[in-house]
Amino acid sequence: MALALGTAAVVLVALLWELSRSRITAAIADRRLRRRAPARRVSEIGYDRGRELRAEQRARSLLRSCIEDEDWAMYRDLGFLRVWGSLGDRARAAGACYAYLIYPHRPILAYLPQTGALLSEYCVAFPDLSRPYGSARLPDSDDVLAKWMALTADERGLIADANMHLPGRQVDPDRVRRDLLRLSRWERERVNRSKIGQRASHVERAA
Amino acid sequence: MKLLRLKPGHGEIVLAEGDIEVPEQERELIEAFRRELDAGMWAAVPTESRDGRRQAELVKSFADVPRDAERVIFFPRAAGGAPRSAR
Repeated sequence: MALALGTAAVVLVALLWELSRSRITAAIADRRLRRRAPARRVSEIGYDRGRELRAEQRARSLLRSCIEDEDWAMYRDLGFLRVWGSLGDRARAAGACYAYLIYPHRPILAYLPQTGALLSEYCVAFPDLSRPYGSARLPDSDDVLAKWMALTADERGLIADANMHLPGRQVDPDRVRRDLLRLSRWERERVNRSKIGQRASHVERAA
Repeated sequence: MKLLRLKPGHGEIVLAEGDIEVPEQERELIEAFRRELDAGMWAAVPTESRDGRRQAELVKSFADVPRDAERVIFFPRAAGGAPRSAR
């Protein structure tokens, strides 16, 4: 009797399994697809060149409206920004005892303007964890603006938050030296151009 | 006054805009300001000194924002980082 009941139960389970197998496998496959969907959506919206270019254009306009004209020209022409150190005798002015170079998405570099000696790299990032388009990275010029705002508003605080490394950890020191040479050449040319402009206006006035 | 936020893939977006002298608009600005600070953003006000030098001022409450400020810029707070793209 028990054997017959057991056999019947096994047959019943096997029949039920056969009947519902297709539904169960479909449900499992559907669930797997749904689980993968958010990741696929993120990768699909992850990078759009046009969107990133438009974002960078907006970021450049905002940066331009916040910093001084000379600083904007420096960033436009050279691709980085120099910020004078605010601590020391000649704070935040030409001739300050140290200065920083701000590159987009690279560490902030501290150096001595008089000798060109590199002091340190300060690794700092501004990750937007809401990741609106799958990335936490701000557009290049927004990253520069964020660094500039944090540095000019609270230099000590930003430097304390950053990871400090010796020069050369992430940015090639030779490249920085070349950039410092480009910067001094750029400043000389700018001074010369303004002198020529002044002379021309004097001549015009005299005539 | 405009409240702006730096955003990946977008540049800045306008969060709120209003006249600080109009109580209702000021309230909206304060609410938007608090929302961003609660979301962990930093707030900075670009300023210009009398000699034309520009810098920024970090503010931690709406009361710290100068009444004549044209805009407040929110951006993600700084984190010590070491991006992989070295050299």
